[in-house]
Amino acid sequence: MKDAAAPTPPLALEGLRKTYPSPEGPVEVLRGVSLALAPGESLALTGESGSGKSTLLHLAAGLDAADAGEVRIAGRSLTGLRDAGRARLRRDHVGLVFQQFNLAPSLTVASNIAFQARLAGRADRAWTAALVARLGLAGLERRYPEQLSGGQQQRVAIGRALAARPGLVLADEPTGALDEAASDAVLDLLLELAAETGAALLMVTHSPRLAGRLGGRAHLRAGRLE
Amino acid sequence: MNWRGFLWALTALASHWRRRPLLLAAALVGLAAATGLWIGVQALNAEARRAYDDAARAMSAAALPALVAEGGGPADIARFGPLRRAGWPASPLIDVDLAVEGAPASLRLMGVEPVSLPEAAGLALFGAGEDEAGNDADADAPPAPDYAAFTRPPGRALIAPATLAELGDALGVGAGDRLATPRGETPPLVASAAAAPGVLIMDFGFAQRLAGMEGRTTRFLLDPDAELPAAPLSDIAPDLRRAAPRAAADPAQLTESFHLNLTAFGFLAFAVGLFIAHGAVGLAFEQRRGLMRSLRACGLPAWTLCAALGAELLVLALLAGVAGIAGGATVAAALLPDVAASLRGLYDAPAPDALSLPLSWWLWGLGMSVAGAAVASGGALWKAARMPVLDSARPEAWFAAARRARARQGALAGALAVVAAGLAVWGEGLVAGFAMIGAMLGAAALALPLALGAALAGLQGLADRRWGPLAAWMAADARQQLPGLSLALMALMIALAANVGVGSMVDGFRLTFESWLEDRLAAEVYAEAEPGAAPRLAALIAADPRISADLPEWRAETVLDGAPVELRGFADHATWRRRWPLLEAAPGAWDRVAAGQGAMISEQLARRLDLGLGDPLALAGGAALPVAAIFADYGNPRGQVRLSNAALAARAPEAERGRHALRVTPPEAAEAVAAELDAAEGVSAMEQGSIRALSSRIFERTFAVTGALNTLTFGVAGIALATALLSLSAARLPQTAPVWAMGTSRRRLAAMELGRIMGLALLTAMLATPLGVALAWALVAVVNVAAFGWRLPLHVFPADWLRLAALAVAAAGLAAAIPLAGFLRTSPAALAKVFADER
Repeated sequence: MKDAAAPTPPLALEGLRKTYPSPEGPVEVLRGVSLALAPGESLALTGESGSGKSTLLHLAAGLDAADAGEVRIAGRSLTGLRDAGRARLRRDHVGLVFQQFNLAPSLTVASNIAFQARLAGRADRAWTAALVARLGLAGLERRYPEQLSGGQQQRVAIGRALAARPGLVLADEPTGALDEAASDAVLDLLLELAAETGAALLMVTHSPRLAGRLGGRAHLRAGRLE
Repeated sequence: MNWRGFLWALTALASHWRRRPLLLAAALVGLAAATGLWIGVQALNAEARRAYDDAARAMSAAALPALVAEGGGPADIARFGPLRRAGWPASPLIDVDLAVEGAPASLRLMGVEPVSLPEAAGLALFGAGEDEAGNDADADAPPAPDYAAFTRPPGRALIAPATLAELGDALGVGAGDRLATPRGETPPLVASAAAAPGVLIMDFGFAQRLAGMEGRTTRFLLDPDAELPAAPLSDIAPDLRRAAPRAAADPAQLTESFHLNLTAFGFLAFAVGLFIAHGAVGLAFEQRRGLMRSLRACGLPAWTLCAALGAELLVLALLAGVAGIAGGATVAAALLPDVAASLRGLYDAPAPDALSLPLSWWLWGLGMSVAGAAVASGGALWKAARMPVLDSARPEAWFAAARRARARQGALAGALAVVAAGLAVWGEGLVAGFAMIGAMLGAAALALPLALGAALAGLQGLADRRWGPLAAWMAADARQQLPGLSLALMALMIALAANVGVGSMVDGFRLTFESWLEDRLAAEVYAEAEPGAAPRLAALIAADPRISADLPEWRAETVLDGAPVELRGFADHATWRRRWPLLEAAPGAWDRVAAGQGAMISEQLARRLDLGLGDPLALAGGAALPVAAIFADYGNPRGQVRLSNAALAARAPEAERGRHALRVTPPEAAEAVAAELDAAEGVSAMEQGSIRALSSRIFERTFAVTGALNTLTFGVAGIALATALLSLSAARLPQTAPVWAMGTSRRRLAAMELGRIMGLALLTAMLATPLGVALAWALVAVVNVAAFGWRLPLHVFPADWLRLAALAVAAAGLAAAIPLAGFLRTSPAALAKVFADER
């Protein structure tokens, strides 16, 4: 729990519940999950396949709606917000990194990195250029995603997530599609840049080794955090 | 072949269609539309050609040389005996219209004398046909002449089975029944293939009575294969003169261009339909690439996989073929009245009145559907055959392959453009004209994705600078989407260009035609007397004080360079000098023609004979006349020569002299004058307003079929776009979901999707407009000249372009509506799923 003088947590989840229908009947994936992240804090979310890690991340990003409970991003509750309101909150406060990168295939590396920052009206040329250099993408700015390796594409995705200097970065298995060496390099960059911008980081991962490199760790089992 | 493997593969492949019913519908609709429109057009052509053959049979008797009464009108039958005795191979013929009580239209009555009837008349009265009971006779059986049954009461009235069936519907009559006419009943009807549709053939004696021509005959036919006697005709029958064979235009030849036009439209529709099928089959292939690799990895040989794909396509093609043929027959039946009007209006050609679809057409249609499926899926089968087993699955393979093909596509577009330009400069004739249009449309279609890509790249840069990242993404994403949409957009562009081109031609023709009619119909009333009624008409004209000028127009026919040509005589008058629409004229042209020292020729005759001003025109019966002027004569399939009446009479003494153009003062009296003249027996008269209205009606119906095919092609293009968008909608989520995740609402994304599709349609319409103008030029300057012999000025109608562009944008919006509605209904959970297990 935070006292009144503490800074607003970038993410606060309270009693989240989520049920999916299935041929065998409803499956309760999340059964009252609560957590909060302070600015600059990093937390690894682990669990078995199907334990609800991605669901929790999607609820935290406002990509999906919980059946019960509350999500607060930068102090603002998602409850009652419609699609456009949730979209604005994500645009202004959340950076997302996915396992399959999900870059815009039609945009160049430079445009992909700057995309969300420009959407949010916070494009900063110097910061974008620094990101490109720090991510080892110099010289590749005019290439398209499909012309890059998996590791390079994930670095572009990290750049896109951080270009707007969001208060919260949500990463769903960001190294799941990469080999070990590339995974380490990508995670190093993600942690370094998140720390530098003061963003809180919630990262879903299967790997205990990678989870151990984050500031904290939460394990999801049978729909509850351990 | 490993049948178990084949069936297993087929089951696995076919399961895809169950999960993608819209894709299945797209493939079926594409093939069915292609087959249906092609078969429909070909069925119309075949019916029209059958009508020409029927008419050719009916007209052959009329085209024989003949002896006719000197003053026009019927000849005295009493001359028959002396003529035959003197060795003249003459045979009397009654040839009149016969009104049948209660029937919707009159029949053409032909009364023949069967013993003397020349074989060349083509009236095989006793040949193969049907017997009295309507049963089929043995077609191979030799003719069994039964003169007695034909000539003795009650006689026989031979009638085409189709005409008998029509009369049966209207009057309830059948074989063996008699028809009631104003002058009594016909002999019993006998269905016979010897009679052309609409013709009633009977013995001369019965025909004389029904025609009210006792003691007279319309003319005596002469056997062209028999020797003529040396004794001059004037010694035996001074009141008769020889008439040359009537120069009948061959309808099949005259209408060749019309049918080529229809065929070109049919082919266009076929191609547009194949675009749909190609897109659907190609997408299904890409979506099943992983499955095919799995099948191959499990040990299925490549050729068994291809056989399974081929079998699947065969089933699709047969299903679509049946639906297409049924649809094509419906379309053809709906278009038939307009096609018939076109043939009658433009060419005065006989027109089909019913559509039949024999078994052979079904087989042909199914063959076309299978061939279309093979064309549409050839690339996919080729890729399946060459696909390496271990190549990693690449979901963007379709787009990547399209990019690799871009260079080849550009080169092919360039080559086709060169071919089109070469044909425009050096090509001659109708086929070259259509080949040029085909090459031009092909080049433009292939170049379209490249042009759109370039335009969108420019737009993306502009958007990035001016309108922000979303607009730039929208343009970039539209570029990305091009390979998947390009076939549908090509179809849309071709349909739009055809609309612009054909619309410009038709509207330009309408403008020209109306202005030309205004000039051409300078007299207030046009009257014509049947043979024998000419003196009556002349007396009526002379007695009417409202008629301020009588301008007799004489008429004869001749053959120039193997084709029929009309010779028209006219009386020199200020009316003609002021109004007659001359395209080119030598100095003093009217004076020279009036003095018999020159001739005016129609544009199509000048082009056909390659004649210019001052060139000599060789006409039988006198010295060659120099061409003094060339005039426009739209809509007339024959060439025309205009001479002074005196010059015409000197060259063609047999010229018909019953036609008069009449100036009426005051002009308001024209209607009354025409009505009074028309009431006289043997005289028909119309005031020019009625003629103009009739001509305009014919014109509109003539081009109604073109308009209908245009609309159908546009509709098929709209379906192509809708099916392409539906097919692609599932593949769109991975592109749109990340933008949504980064903070763009679904509603805004949907609006952007709509804007993108409508923008692409607008860009396509903008590119289609110059192509359509080029097509209009090709139609009026190349195809029209080759087909009809006249050239129209090129008119452009920018308001129509705007209307078409708006229509294209609206159609694109409509086509996008279903996938967009689906996108808006997509739950956030489904969108978020893209990030969880997109692949």
